Amino acid sequence: MQRVGVFICWCGTNISSTVNIDEVVAAVKNMPGVVYSKDYQYMCSEVGQNLVKDAIKEHNLTRVVVAACSPRMHESTFRKAAKAAGLNPYLLEIANIREHCSWVHKDKKAATQKAISLTKAAVAKAILNQPLIPGEVGVEQRALVIGGGIAGIQTALDIADAGYEVDLVEKTPSIGGKMAQLDKTFPTLDCSACILTPKMVDASMHDKINIYSYSEVEEVNGFVGNFEVVIKQKARSIDMEKCTGCGICLAKCPAKTALSEFEEGLSKRAAIYTPFPQAVPNVPVIDRETCTKFRTGKCGVCAKVCPTGAIDYEQKDERLNQKYGAIIVTTGYDLINLDSFGEYQYADHPDVITGLEFERLVNAAGPTAGKLVRPSDKKKPKKVVFIQCVGSRDKSERGKSYCSKICCMYTAKHAMLLRDKYPDCEAYVFYIDVRTAGKGFEEFQRRAVENYGVNYIKGMVGKIFPTGDKLKVNGVDALSGEVLEIDADMVVLASATQAKPGASDVGRMLSISTDRDNFFTEAHPKLRPVETHCAGIYLAGACQGPKDIPETVAQASAAAAKAIGILSKSKLVNNPCVSQVDESVCSGCLACTKMCPYEAITEKMVEQKVHGKIRRRRVAEVNAALCQGCGGCTVTCRPGAIDLKGFSNKQILAEVDAICQ
Amino acid sequence: MVSREKITPDMAKKEVVRICEISDENIVDCMQCGKCTAGCPAVHGMDILPHQVIRLLQLGQIDQLLQSEAIWSCAACFTCASRCPRAVDISKIMEALRLTLVRVKGNNRLDIEKVPKLLDKNIPQQAIVSGFRKYVK
Repeated sequence: MQRVGVFICWCGTNISSTVNIDEVVAAVKNMPGVVYSKDYQYMCSEVGQNLVKDAIKEHNLTRVVVAACSPRMHESTFRKAAKAAGLNPYLLEIANIREHCSWVHKDKKAATQKAISLTKAAVAKAILNQPLIPGEVGVEQRALVIGGGIAGIQTALDIADAGYEVDLVEKTPSIGGKMAQLDKTFPTLDCSACILTPKMVDASMHDKINIYSYSEVEEVNGFVGNFEVVIKQKARSIDMEKCTGCGICLAKCPAKTALSEFEEGLSKRAAIYTPFPQAVPNVPVIDRETCTKFRTGKCGVCAKVCPTGAIDYEQKDERLNQKYGAIIVTTGYDLINLDSFGEYQYADHPDVITGLEFERLVNAAGPTAGKLVRPSDKKKPKKVVFIQCVGSRDKSERGKSYCSKICCMYTAKHAMLLRDKYPDCEAYVFYIDVRTAGKGFEEFQRRAVENYGVNYIKGMVGKIFPTGDKLKVNGVDALSGEVLEIDADMVVLASATQAKPGASDVGRMLSISTDRDNFFTEAHPKLRPVETHCAGIYLAGACQGPKDIPETVAQASAAAAKAIGILSKSKLVNNPCVSQVDESVCSGCLACTKMCPYEAITEKMVEQKVHGKIRRRRVAEVNAALCQGCGGCTVTCRPGAIDLKGFSNKQILAEVDAICQ
Repeated sequence: MVSREKITPDMAKKEVVRICEISDENIVDCMQCGKCTAGCPAVHGMDILPHQVIRLLQLGQIDQLLQSEAIWSCAACFTCASRCPRAVDISKIMEALRLTLVRVKGNNRLDIEKVPKLLDKNIPQQAIVSGFRKYVK
């Protein structure tokens, strides 16, 4: 007969305000097997944990049930306490009476009944718990970083500096990401390239970092410590070993028709191109859709002019299999498409631009060599209107309901840069609210108003009418109620940020979740901000939510620290709650092998004595290292031969029985 | 002496709730960005601007609204509704405000008998129909 101890937590008022603790304690006393029960305000505190430890010893408890918060929160805490008191940690069971009960109910009477039922189920299950001993698996001491923006570069550098190999996979021909496109960075106005490009070079020179540019992750299998990844290296049409980055091919290519992605479409690029002169690696790619050679078979100018014979039209996509201990996702963000915001004329008028286009227009390396002129007639603007919240904080189907976070600051920066370059040029900023939370941010924005004379107008723009060579901006000052009409030369839209269009596919490939806006979800918004729910996979940067550079870099280093935590271990303890097959019952149908998402089940031949004769027959076998304990096989198994340790069919039925009694 | 009228913001006021019910719009969604006002083609005939209409509703100041010219100036063109970043359809709220007045007996904004005299050849039929919808019970 098992001796069960039940510990009921109040969780301050989180549980006790909705669940009558005294009633639960009284009910627990009558449950079969229970020899001891105790309630306490904060069971997870040191005092609370000691209550558990002491009771195990004093009352010779053989099973423990803690009725408290979700096992996601404190199961490991209480298991450690049980282990410290000499009990196998897997003999402890959690009844979730917070998330599953007090937090979701208002009716105290019904909630108390539910708490009693949940505890009763946990007691019934605990009685059938078996001691489990976790096994160990090796760790591949190599990390994969997906996305080569500032987040990916920082993470890769931090992990590599700790002494581990890192593979940095970047989809485009060069690392650098969005930050490489920026001109100055708030709140200190230091030049983006000056602080980013040295990091890009550091990453490329680091002997522990391998950059796979123009590559994509195609497949991810395995689990923490042992991920198996397929990387597709897209055909660059250039031999990276031979290319010296001299740039003759770029100059000689006759097909200069494609819009430059890096310049936000403000200038054209050749079919053979490097995104920007400081690209890392400084090796061009051939855009096969624009290249005359690939389209018509004629041309081949680049191959003729290349002094090292690096051009290779026959190159094919290559696939690379690699094992990793940890994965960091740093895939970044995009701006929304403004086609549905017809009132701003973005698609119809060249002088209505996005904030990112403005960055290129003021950048010394940009399409105008830093001369800020209107894209339409290359004239200097006299009046520029900035519009914030274009699609951000927008509940309609055109926009995004969240705040894009970076626009208030970069708009203030743009207006200052403009007034700095052209003191006679007027700047107007239409805003709904100015949000400048961050160190030195408020001071920065106030400088725009107080020192740079930028006109901030609380209100929005209704419509822009292109009139002659001007843009008539119809807006409102919501505070005074004045309806305004501004004859602007240029309009800059702070368009909303959004998750990368492929984010949900990446999420599915990695088995990590995305929120309703397709940003990746962290394991806990406050306490586990860089982890995902999938062990060994971490997040950094704007793929997790809109973020500025300081925050992105901080998160990147945090993710690196988490990854190093995994890589620095030679062995990882694995979850002992894995499936096991009862070979005498297994019919060998192998339905489980098809169901298993982790390919953890295989067939094996066994010799069995059937009716006095030795016969060889086929049965299923679980690889404990691969099994993630999802339980899919146990419900697929027709003869009921598979049990999940810690969650056996018997235990689950005991729980159901306890609730239904 | 500056006197101060005591106003307690009250969004739960019966009349406000009624307006929200008739229009089926959620006035708390409004962030007072003013985009409705900025784009309103009828704004020059309005004593209270469209975004101020919502603000007064949020404050429970419905009497001012019912006495305003703004609700009659609204052409119900839906420009505001199509651009509102918060998906609040102000044209429906304007309609609800007009309805609370014209639904009271004898409160038609338009005297039906005088209508024929107001007409000329150039008035489109659509205007007559919408005039009746807007001003008459």
